Amino acid sequence: MTETADVSDSLIRVQGQVLEVSDLKVHFATDDGLVKAVDGVSFSLQRGRTLAIVGESGSGKSVTCMAVMGLLTGKNTRISGEIQLDGEDLVGASRERVRQLRGPKMAMIFQDPLTSLHPYYTVGHQIMEAYLVHNKVTKKEARQRAIDLLGRVGIPSPARRVDDYPHQFSGGMRQRAMIAMALSCDPELLIADEPTTALDVTVQAQILDLILDLQAEFGSAVVIITHDLGVVAEVSDQILVMYAGRPVETGPAVGVFSRPAHPYTGGLLGSMPRLDTVRADRLHPIPGTPPSLINVPSGCPFHPRCAYRERVGGNRCAAEVPALLQVMPYGGLDHKAACHLSPDERELAWAELASTSQYQTDAASSSPSPGSQVAATSGSSAASGDSPSEVEA
Amino acid sequence: MSPSRALPRERPMVTFIIRRVLRTVLLLLAVSIITFCVFFVIPRFAGQNSAELAAQYVGRNPTSDAIQQMIQKLGLNEPLPVQYWKYLVGIVAGQHYNAGPNVTYCPPPCFGYSFRNTEPVWPQMTAALPVTLSLAVGAAVLWLVGGVAIGVLSALRPGSLLDRVSMGTALAGVSLPIFFTGQVALLLFAFKWQIFPGSGYVNVATNPLAWFEHLVLPWITLAFLYAALYARLTRAGMLETMGEDFVRTARAKGLRERSVVLKHGLRAALTPILTIFGMDLGLLLGGAILTETTFSMPGLGQFTVLAIQNQDFPEIMGVVMLAAFFIVIANMLVDILYAVIDPRVRTA
Repeated sequence: MTETADVSDSLIRVQGQVLEVSDLKVHFATDDGLVKAVDGVSFSLQRGRTLAIVGESGSGKSVTCMAVMGLLTGKNTRISGEIQLDGEDLVGASRERVRQLRGPKMAMIFQDPLTSLHPYYTVGHQIMEAYLVHNKVTKKEARQRAIDLLGRVGIPSPARRVDDYPHQFSGGMRQRAMIAMALSCDPELLIADEPTTALDVTVQAQILDLILDLQAEFGSAVVIITHDLGVVAEVSDQILVMYAGRPVETGPAVGVFSRPAHPYTGGLLGSMPRLDTVRADRLHPIPGTPPSLINVPSGCPFHPRCAYRERVGGNRCAAEVPALLQVMPYGGLDHKAACHLSPDERELAWAELASTSQYQTDAASSSPSPGSQVAATSGSSAASGDSPSEVEA
Repeated sequence: MSPSRALPRERPMVTFIIRRVLRTVLLLLAVSIITFCVFFVIPRFAGQNSAELAAQYVGRNPTSDAIQQMIQKLGLNEPLPVQYWKYLVGIVAGQHYNAGPNVTYCPPPCFGYSFRNTEPVWPQMTAALPVTLSLAVGAAVLWLVGGVAIGVLSALRPGSLLDRVSMGTALAGVSLPIFFTGQVALLLFAFKWQIFPGSGYVNVATNPLAWFEHLVLPWITLAFLYAALYARLTRAGMLETMGEDFVRTARAKGLRERSVVLKHGLRAALTPILTIFGMDLGLLLGGAILTETTFSMPGLGQFTVLAIQNQDFPEIMGVVMLAAFFIVIANMLVDILYAVIDPRVRTA
């Protein structure tokens, strides 16, 4: 079973890998010292799949994506490692080449659609601009394309609204327009940087649905950056949890959600409000604040805030940087975490976490089949059909 | 959305312009009232009576007869609102100054009579205007293009050699007065190397080449001061807008860096520069006093200086009205341009 799974897995890897990032480091030289915004991140993403990058502010999730897009061109920025987009290296590529790739190969949606759209140009003009720069078409064709796209992302009477300015659009419509702009050249990779943070809760769900629908339709790979774990549960196949510029846990969404293997992931889940728990229960925030990226704590960067560091022998947490290793025996094939806790300790820690108020209902319902609840929600995403079975196995 | 929304959406620009023009007319009326008060009402509060006012128009040795005649001719004994009304009508329709058999006609636009050389004010101003117009508009083009270009280039590479050199030069440009830079320019280019003529003005219709040659040094001197200011303004504005989210979006969709900078960055940074530009140009059209004096150009600036030296109230008043007119009109044009540049202004 495991062997065949491995083979098929590697086959997919060879054929359909849109984005492959390995040991990416992004450092900024500042007057106060070297800011290690991203320090050794690796992940890969297949066509039609969704990766969620999760973490607190300053954990390096946005910087990772800006590096992929080639938007970090400051002279104090040092980027090392490898970024392969469709087999093409981006780190060593010329700026002009990366510019040509932005649009037809990769596109990005930003957090605040109001400030991300130019206030002086019509929405249609801004979409046409993106289409015209990469395609040899007339203005009329580009305009038609803009109208079609606006219709596709759910703007009513697009032929009229195409000449509106961003300030005449509502927040949700602006984000739809941003999505239309990003999709104008059929990119293979779509990066959404907290696409719903600036929106009303009711609109958030619509925008997420829209992204998933379009993903199914266009078959692109999607990276969603978020700190909203509700979003993660709903849309993603894979999760990458980042802390202080480093990956601390990665794996299939269902596995990471049902059995977080890193105390930080557990903490994130514990600080998320849920509707399915008793009202009197309190949230469990992670104590402390995110570390400075100039003086990252020694060893495991999370150890000053970690509740479990006493359970690790010696002073390993402060002395030794934990490697990102496969988590046994649960959590799927690619479930990895960077933590010194032994598997037994981790099992114990998880049981404790599950027994706290936040996880009572969840743990009770999910004990026969871990992650069934999450699987149910993520099953709605068109592209994640096979991931639950992977975990069940 | 609803059809009712389509109505105001139809011609926001036209209604905006109409509103703005009406406001400009009101503003000009207010300026004329204030100017009139400064020259004809405040002296009365200070104790000056009609006779003393009229005495200034009569000549060196005023006889009381001549003064009485002048009071009647200028209508100085009439109620102030009537005097103001006549002045206002005079601007539009011309004015007859009546003193018995002695009738003087001042054709429209009549800004009154100069009592120094007994000539209407308006023809004197129109004679001086082309000089100032040539000087101000030419310099404005020069400083706008030069200042904005330098500002953009500096902002793209902050801290670079180009940035430091141009910002240092800009500091010098802002701090050095025109009568210094003008003298230096004259010394070098007119007297030492004799590339350009030293001073004066030649009518463009008489000799276009000489017109141009005479204007080069004044243009450069005047533009240097303003270009410095505009370069600094543009640099600051560009540094800000190039960090905006929409510039990041423009890059993210793969636009060429040139259109990212010019279409997305500069267009947004241009708004405050345009405001200042309208004011500066309007102000200069009322007379570039220092430049005109340095280069002995018979423009509105020199006209103003002479009028003040001679205490020629009608001339001063005329030039104040003209300058106010230019400033108000320039600001109106800027407001309309604002609406062209920034669609959010149209609905406001």
